[in-house]
Amino acid sequence: MKSIALMHERSNGLGGGFAAYGIYPEYADHYAMHVFYDSLSHRLTAEEFINEHFDVDTSEMIHTRRVKTINNPPLIWRYFVQPKKTKIVSSGLTEEDYIVACVMKINSCYEGAYIFSSGKNMGAFKGVGYPEDIGEFYRLDEYKGYIWTAHGRFPTNTPGWWGGAHPFTLLDWSIVHNGEISSYDANRRFLEMFGYKCTLQTDTEVITYIFDYLMRKQGLSIDLTVATVAAPLWKEIDRMEEGQKETIKALRTVYSSLLVNGPFSIILGTRNGIVALNDRIKLRNMVAATKGDFLYVASEESGIREICPDPEKVWVPKGGEPVIGLLEGVNQII
Amino acid sequence: MEVTIDAKGIYYRKLNDMILQAVGEGADKIVLENVNGQRYIATRIDKPVDIEIRGVPGNDLGAFMNGSTIIVRDNGQDAIGNTMNAGKIVVHGHAGDVLGYAMRGGKLFIKGDVGYRVGIHMKQYEDQVPVLIIGGTAGSFLGEYMAGGILILLGLNRKPDQPIAGDYLGTGMHGGVIYLRGEVDKTRLGKEVSVFDLDEEDNMKLDQFLREYCDDLGIDYEQVRKEKFVKLVPVSHRPYGNLYTKA
Repeated sequence: MKSIALMHERSNGLGGGFAAYGIYPEYADHYAMHVFYDSLSHRLTAEEFINEHFDVDTSEMIHTRRVKTINNPPLIWRYFVQPKKTKIVSSGLTEEDYIVACVMKINSCYEGAYIFSSGKNMGAFKGVGYPEDIGEFYRLDEYKGYIWTAHGRFPTNTPGWWGGAHPFTLLDWSIVHNGEISSYDANRRFLEMFGYKCTLQTDTEVITYIFDYLMRKQGLSIDLTVATVAAPLWKEIDRMEEGQKETIKALRTVYSSLLVNGPFSIILGTRNGIVALNDRIKLRNMVAATKGDFLYVASEESGIREICPDPEKVWVPKGGEPVIGLLEGVNQII
Repeated sequence: MEVTIDAKGIYYRKLNDMILQAVGEGADKIVLENVNGQRYIATRIDKPVDIEIRGVPGNDLGAFMNGSTIIVRDNGQDAIGNTMNAGKIVVHGHAGDVLGYAMRGGKLFIKGDVGYRVGIHMKQYEDQVPVLIIGGTAGSFLGEYMAGGILILLGLNRKPDQPIAGDYLGTGMHGGVIYLRGEVDKTRLGKEVSVFDLDEEDNMKLDQFLREYCDDLGIDYEQVRKEKFVKLVPVSHRPYGNLYTKA
């Protein structure tokens, strides 16, 4: 919170949020659903669906604190759930696909209800306000996690509303993003063919679904996924060795609709680590640093130095060159 | 008169007010301690003073600056020397993207690597000639649309396979000169520049600026000069003159 607060000028109070991993150890094998409801009646309607599809272990309002600058929040609810086994079997889906289908169903068909977090032992906390105020509002000082990402929003093309704040999550994936995706519609149309419904009125949402689709559904490695969303320019491909050239060309052909065009600087979170990535021509800034077994990534170096005054290594990653941080004992991002 | 300001936790507007006030009260040297991320430092000062910064200054350091000297003992961020008119900024670490944007005078010396889009649209007029020197490597789009001034890239301390600069070097360049230490991969150049050997006048200019640079940053001048330099100059003053109309 101190780090993102230092970069206050980068946002305008119309969106702030955090993703945290490792915060629900007592419910580590449950899916933690965080949901915004416009009203009590919206909640009751959506809960019929939730109770029909999940065994709900705990259902509670997320504890918040009154903060002067945070006004008119929606009802913010949290459920720790297990999917109903019989329902999964009859749906013919894998467990994770079943969760995704349920999230999409609520978000697209249930008015006034948005599931904005659906992973295990992780959670997103977001809303309309400056990030440091949102953190205060959600009492984040009371949570303990091993990965934290944070975002301050400065919306330029789409409304600043609670669902539109970052991070955007699905299962364990979370994305915070600085930039604008000019390929949004091409990406969205492709993803819709595979059941992803874009309901949150903002471009970043597609990035989360692209990672889910390419890595979880298609089983691509992180390197190939990066080479798809931030594909090297043809000029660079010409400089590559033969084998690699063929692979990258194949990716550009098969997944041309998943190329993410336009400026971006993103941090992807999963239960295993983070991946930070810039667009190919680096139209947004990003700095990375390490100290001991900590990895830091921020838009500005000062954001890192605020919480880590003497990093051992500080560097500025190149466009399209991912910075990958994995937990100890883990060798891939999913 | 020397004044020290502890910038820890001070909002950038207030910090710049404090600097301005100190200058108004006669300070000609200002030391800023514990700077972290405060933007626009030294932008509003209207007379030459010396500023020493300890910590990482925020974006747009010395933007529109007109005659002051800034020494940064740590790394810099983005957009240093934005549209700077006169004076000098010396950064003892690395720095970010878009440095020296539309710079029209003065000197900007960076010891380490720099990011993307450095020296874009630098320009010159008569004796107003900006000089930007980078000790490390640069990202893509270095000197893009450069219209004047001198850009020197040294590429010191890089790994053997690491290029001195990224792609699109000097794209759209139509004035000024870029000096590179060592060879340059021609596939990385913009279409609007050509590579030449240095002549005597070039060497005199390089001597003068590199001596000053090396003195300021404690770098061995002889070592820097051991390697051959090449220069990039634009092939045309109006590269896009016939983009929409026939010649």
